[in-house]
Amino acid sequence: MAEDFDVIVVGAGPAGSMAALAAARGGWSVCLIERGPFPGSKNMYGGVVYPRILDQVIDRWWEDVPVQRFITRRQTMVMESDRALTVDYRTAAWGAPPYNGLTTYRSDFDRWLATKATEAGATLVCSTTVTGLLLEHDRVVGVRTDRPEGELRAKVVIACDGVNSFLAKEAGLYANFSADHLTLGVKEVLRFDPATIEERFGVTGREGCDIEILGATPGVLGGGFCYTNYDTVAIGIIAKLPSLAAAKVRPEDLIANLKAHPAIEPLVRGGELVEYNAHMIPEGGLKAMPQVVTDGMVVCGDAAHLTLAAGIWLEGVNFAMGSGLAAGEAAAEAISAGDWTAAGLGVYRTKINSTFVLKDHEKLQHIPELVLSERVQFAYPALICDLVEELFTVRNPTPKPGGIKVLLDKARANDVKLRHLAIDGLKALRSFR
Amino acid sequence: MTERYDGVSFEDRMATVQFSVADTAHIVVDGDKCQGCTTKACVSVCPAKLFVPLSSGGVLFNYEQCFECGSCYVVCNEAGAISWSYPEGGKGVVLRHG
Ligand SMILES: Cc1cc2nc3c(=O)[nH]c(=O)nc-3n(C[C@H](O)[C@H](O)[C@H](O)COP(=O)(O)OP(=O)(O)OC[C@H]3O[C@@H](n4cnc5c(N)ncnc54)[C@H](O)[C@@H]3O)c2cc1C
Ligand code: SF4
Ligand code: SF4
Repeated sequence: MAEDFDVIVVGAGPAGSMAALAAARGGWSVCLIERGPFPGSKNMYGGVVYPRILDQVIDRWWEDVPVQRFITRRQTMVMESDRALTVDYRTAAWGAPPYNGLTTYRSDFDRWLATKATEAGATLVCSTTVTGLLLEHDRVVGVRTDRPEGELRAKVVIACDGVNSFLAKEAGLYANFSADHLTLGVKEVLRFDPATIEERFGVTGREGCDIEILGATPGVLGGGFCYTNYDTVAIGIIAKLPSLAAAKVRPEDLIANLKAHPAIEPLVRGGELVEYNAHMIPEGGLKAMPQVVTDGMVVCGDAAHLTLAAGIWLEGVNFAMGSGLAAGEAAAEAISAGDWTAAGLGVYRTKINSTFVLKDHEKLQHIPELVLSERVQFAYPALICDLVEELFTVRNPTPKPGGIKVLLDKARANDVKLRHLAIDGLKALRSFR
Repeated sequence: MTERYDGVSFEDRMATVQFSVADTAHIVVDGDKCQGCTTKACVSVCPAKLFVPLSSGGVLFNYEQCFECGSCYVVCNEAGAISWSYPEGGKGVVLRHG
């Protein structure tokens, strides 16, 4: 039977739009299907987009990308009860092209990127939910949608349907889709006068600040974030789902608790809530990834669990774009070569293997587990604060204590075994070779 | 938790989110299965607080203000208690500041 399109891309998030753009540029007919009324309407993140992958497809993308602020100040905060240690880095270089990170709302960014795909020739169809795959002899030959007579056939389907990916599950590509690899992210978007944001975060003009927080969710395995938009601040938490369920704590209470912390309260005081929202994050890294290629279909972005969530990094949009780009190119090449079976589409896997998409995940494969471990979450923040407090507390006339003794004392006080500290430290170090 | 933040009730919090509510529910909860559930995990994780525990042992569920995040079916304790799908195209949550 004749195909309606050469390529069908499901989901107009960053993965889907990049895939559609690349396949259309490859010269093939592309249908990009999105269930929301417009791209980005269903999507939520922290968030900062790390945009450098755009260099490869959109010349001078920064001239029309919808941006709230360009990140020039980046902080990692370790917090515990009412104490916090912050590592604060700033550089003016990130405030000029080609930039390093930018805040933007997904309703703006995803819509913009989808427009780039339609400009390349892809057909965007919104308000249409893909309800299943069309299969023939276990081979994907198209999708079923909730439109009347909504079956669409294609040579290649690119599944960019996000973290819940019902398409990857239906195709049997997930060996272990499990709560253990999933966190829930919730955030509040608070409105301020831009001048207030500039003062509180020490930035000017379109500069912005990004804070990743360890120890933000007492009693629950998770983390926190605080990002500046032009006239709003996004503040939120992420929580490992089984841990959140077991603790019987409400997500909005975790945000309220974070907002009341003395290191955060002065930053978010008095903001007007303009939106509250939530989304899941696939945090398992390499270990939780499904198979990404099958006959007639490839899987990208969050649908392939490609988010890198590793403590000081929370990157997913760039991994989605990078994998989408590779998938679109691979589909185009496979169709040109006349073979879009799993073998022909295998070039997708080869492509992501050779770029940051899988290289970063391989390098950092042990980090997600380490960051969400009980020791890193519940013991180390207090230990770190204790050590710093000891370092900076002046007890004259008593002389300063020796460093080793302080470490031993504080480790003991926090019930941390040096053996464990060494193991965790080595694990982290080994990841950065 | 400081008083300053108690100003926003959960209803007001959810009122900041736009929904285009579908006529039919995209998530259906089988109350019978919930009766014997010991964790009631859905009740604490659902960011929209759509699961309300009942004194009878079950839970009450309403699909209308759902973020479509998936957390409920992921943590659900009883196989088959939650039938989960996305709303029909164009319906459901519409985020502006996501
Ligand atoms: C709290 C939180 C904070 C985050 N912070 C950051 C950050 O600061 N920086 C960063 O880079 N990443 C961050 N991420 C991760 C990032 O959001 C994701 O990795 C990224 O959105 C993945 O893109 P995607 O295109 O794969 O999937 P998505 O963005 O989820 O897009 C999937 C699309 O498919 C559509 N869709 C799904 N199913 C269907 C269907 N059946 N039919 C039709 N359409 C469908 C959806 O509506 C959606 O538009 C964060 C995530 C969360 C939850
Ligand atoms: S976790 Fe599942 S079985 Fe238990 S109450 Fe909730 S929906 Fe019902
Ligand atoms: S999908 Fe998310 S918001 Fe909707 S009912 Fe389930 S947990 Fe609640």
